[in-house]
Parts: sequence; structure tokens; C-alpha cells
Amino acid sequence: MNRSRPSTQGVDLIVRGLRKSFVGQEVLKGIDFAVRPGEIFVIMGPSGSGKSVLLKHLIGLETPDAGEILVNGDHISKPETAAKYRMALVFQSGALLNSLTVGENVGLYLAEHQLKSPEEIERIVGEKLADVGLNDVLHKMPSELSGGMKKRAAIARALVIDPQLILYDEPTSELDPVSAVVIGNEILDLQRRIGVTSIVVSHDRDLAFGVADRIAVIGEGRILTIGTPEEVKNFQDPLVQSFLNADFHREK
Amino acid sequence: MFKNIGEIMLLFWRTLLALPQTWRQRQKVYDQFFEIGNASLLMVCVLSFFIGGVIALNFGPALVERSLASAVGGVVGLAIAKELAPVMMAILIAGRIGSAMAAEIGSMAVYQEVDALRTMNINPVHYLVLPRILAIAFALPLLVVFSVLVGWFGGAVVANYNHAMDIPFRVFFANLKDIVELKDVANGVFKSFCFALIIGTVSCHQGLTTIGGPRGIGRSVTKAVVNSIVLIVIFDYLLTRLLLK
Repeated sequence: MNRSRPSTQGVDLIVRGLRKSFVGQEVLKGIDFAVRPGEIFVIMGPSGSGKSVLLKHLIGLETPDAGEILVNGDHISKPETAAKYRMALVFQSGALLNSLTVGENVGLYLAEHQLKSPEEIERIVGEKLADVGLNDVLHKMPSELSGGMKKRAAIARALVIDPQLILYDEPTSELDPVSAVVIGNEILDLQRRIGVTSIVVSHDRDLAFGVADRIAVIGEGRILTIGTPEEVKNFQDPLVQSFLNADFHREK
Repeated sequence: MFKNIGEIMLLFWRTLLALPQTWRQRQKVYDQFFEIGNASLLMVCVLSFFIGGVIALNFGPALVERSLASAVGGVVGLAIAKELAPVMMAILIAGRIGSAMAAEIGSMAVYQEVDALRTMNINPVHYLVLPRILAIAFALPLLVVFSVLVGWFGGAVVANYNHAMDIPFRVFFANLKDIVELKDVANGVFKSFCFALIIGTVSCHQGLTTIGGPRGIGRSVTKAVVNSIVLIVIFDYLLTRLLLK
């Protein structure tokens, strides 16, 4: 995919020797990778391979048993790192607060941290919702939105932070192909416009090969391979190939 | 169990540390306060009236038989102000409001809304716990004062119209005024303030630690109510002992 490189404001991220166990079961068995500033880095793998757990570590929602995560060289577990860098996670479900309107959800960060006046917040929220193609939803409740609209509202909420790093958890799950393409284009568009570093966790092969600068395939708690979409496609490993080429076999 | 107690104490400590955020969260405190009052006032009124009535009914005839009719007002007044109003209202609020707090925060935890707050650097203790604990800490003592007044009135009505007693309102309240001191009402209100902190902290803790789906939320609600009531009864004894001195 040929895309012009933006003047980047994204951060780099380094993961070294990350290990995590839950109730004696090791979910992450030593994960190492590095993401470059402004890159779209896709982490793929089958269900239960530890993708979502890894993502929670990357934003600081989980504490690793061993290993470290560095954002521009700063340890993610330090409270000052969270304050220094603007990072956002777009949850699989959107995770909009159901008791607030869509507009209140999108403006929550600015309102709670008292960064702007209410009028300014309303203007920014309107802009960010328009950026993701959502109009006339400002006063709607999240329960009134479709799955795709919820995810776009969640992206708008992430954009309000003016992020340097966005993490997406299964952004196209439960979406029809058209909505999935809209979300994929949204991820590309954001990288082009604001140069944000994006980490996308997904098992959607079309999305991964459509948007990624580089792909990491994770399986059984380990990174099986990392490379450009072309390199990953040609990586001769039975686990990787069985995941990438899984298909139905119908007798004729 | 000890882990739970430790976590509850830690949450309470974090809430105390968050007190300087009160002004910023004032709208949420007001909303919660209104919600508690709105949801409970009628129930408090009915419950308190009949509690006052049943206390008069239980003790009144026995006292009248022993020529102690003039003591009925005092007995009913003291029982309601020092014990029944704070404990019964706390149990009512644990069931009515504590369960709602655990369910709402539990649902937010299960559906990753609490995680979403954390990713936006919004402290769930500031945003969710502080307003609820402050609101209940203001609301429950006020409800108890209201409950005491309605309970006394209920007792007076039963003492007046029950043929086994036939105690006029004037006599009932004169005796109540002689025996019940402002300190007794204040003790009850203080106990209810402590119970409010218990209900708020236990319910918010159960909500925040909810895991699983709807079944997990149901479990949290049950645990919030049961644990609150157990702690209310234990602290009722300890506080009564302390306030006797």
C-alpha cells in the first residue's frame, strides 16, 4: 500500500520480555517487539492467543509479571508516563458510558480534566464526531447507536485526547464488511492526517493486510513472526500459515 | 475475607484522599443525593410510622398495666431515636441504594466502562465512588432525622387510639420530651453517618470488583447488601458501646 508519510507526532513503543500468568496459566510467555512512531502495527492471532491481554498491558490496565514496556523510553507503569503521553484505547465493545449521551461520552476527557469551557467542548465534540462521519448523534444515548456507530463514537472519544498512540481492540469484530471497511479507512485516515502511532489487535485478515505497515502474529502467548504484510504472508511456519490460510472445505 | 476487608479499607482511604475533589464533583453528588432521597422518602415514611406504632403496641400495654403510662412516650422515643431509626433506615438504604450502587458500578466494570475511564486518566474513585459515598453520607442522617420524627408520630397515634393504652398526644410527647435528650437523637444520627460510610464503601467496592457477566453483577449486588447489613449490625454494637461512655 502506497501512502504518503505524515510529519509524525506519534510515539515509539518497545516491549521487552513481557510475561503474564492468570491462576497459574501463562498467557504471555515472553513478548518482544518494537513499534515505530507513526506506524500502523497490527497484532494478529487466533482467539485466546493473548492479544487482548497484551493490549491491556500496553495501555497500563494490567501489570506484567516480568518484562517492560517503554513509551519513547519511559516506563509505562510510571504514573508520570500516563500524564506525559496522550494514549487512547478503542475498546472492542466501544465501552461508551451508557448513562451519558454520545456527546458527553466524547467530551468526557475534556470535561473531567476541565481543559476547555463547555462551549468549546461542544464545538470540539461536534468536530470529532464529524471527523468519523457521525452527525446528529450528539444527544443520542449509546444504546440508540448501531455497533459500527458505537465504534466510530469510541474513535471520536479517543481523538478528543489528541492522541500520540491509539490502540484498537478488535475494531471490526461484529461489523458487516462495509462498516469494517469504514473503520479500516478511519484508521488509515488518522495516521495520514495526524501521524498517530496505531496498534491494532485483530483476527480480521482483511483489515490487517489492508491497513498494516507491519504485522506481528501471536500464537500460544509468543510472537511467531513480525514483518511487512508481504513478509508475514510468505513466512513459512505451520502455525502462521494455518491461521492466515484458514478456509472452508466444501466437497463438490 | 481478610483480602476483602483490606480492599474495602483501602477504597475508603482513597476516597478520603479524594475529598479535595468534592467541589469538582458537586453536580454528581447532588444527582446521587436527589436519587437517594427520591427513591427512599416514601418508603422511609411508611416504615418509620409502623415501627413507631409497633413499639408503642409492644411496650405500651405492659407499661400501662404497671401504672407506667406516662413512660410510654419516653420508651418509644428513646428506642426509635437511639436504635431503631438508624439501624432500620441503614438496612433499608443498603437494600434500596447499596444494591443499586453495586449493580450500576458492577455493570460499568463488566462492560469495560471503568477501564475506559482509566484509559482517559479519570480516576474511578473520583468519578464514581466519591460522589456516591458523599451523597449517602449526607442523605442517610437526614433520612434518619425524618424517620425519628415520623416514628414518634406513629408511636403517639397508636398510643392514643389503642384502647389498651388511651394515652393522649399531649402526655405522650410531654414524657418523650422529659426523657429523650438531644444527645440521644445526635447519637442515632452519628451512627447513621457511620452506617452510610459502610454502605457506600462496601457497595462501591463490590461494584468495582465485579467480574463475569450478568451473573457476576447479581453476585455483587447480593454480596453488597449482605456484607453491608452484617457490618451495620456489628458496628451498631460497637458504636452503641462507645457512645454509652
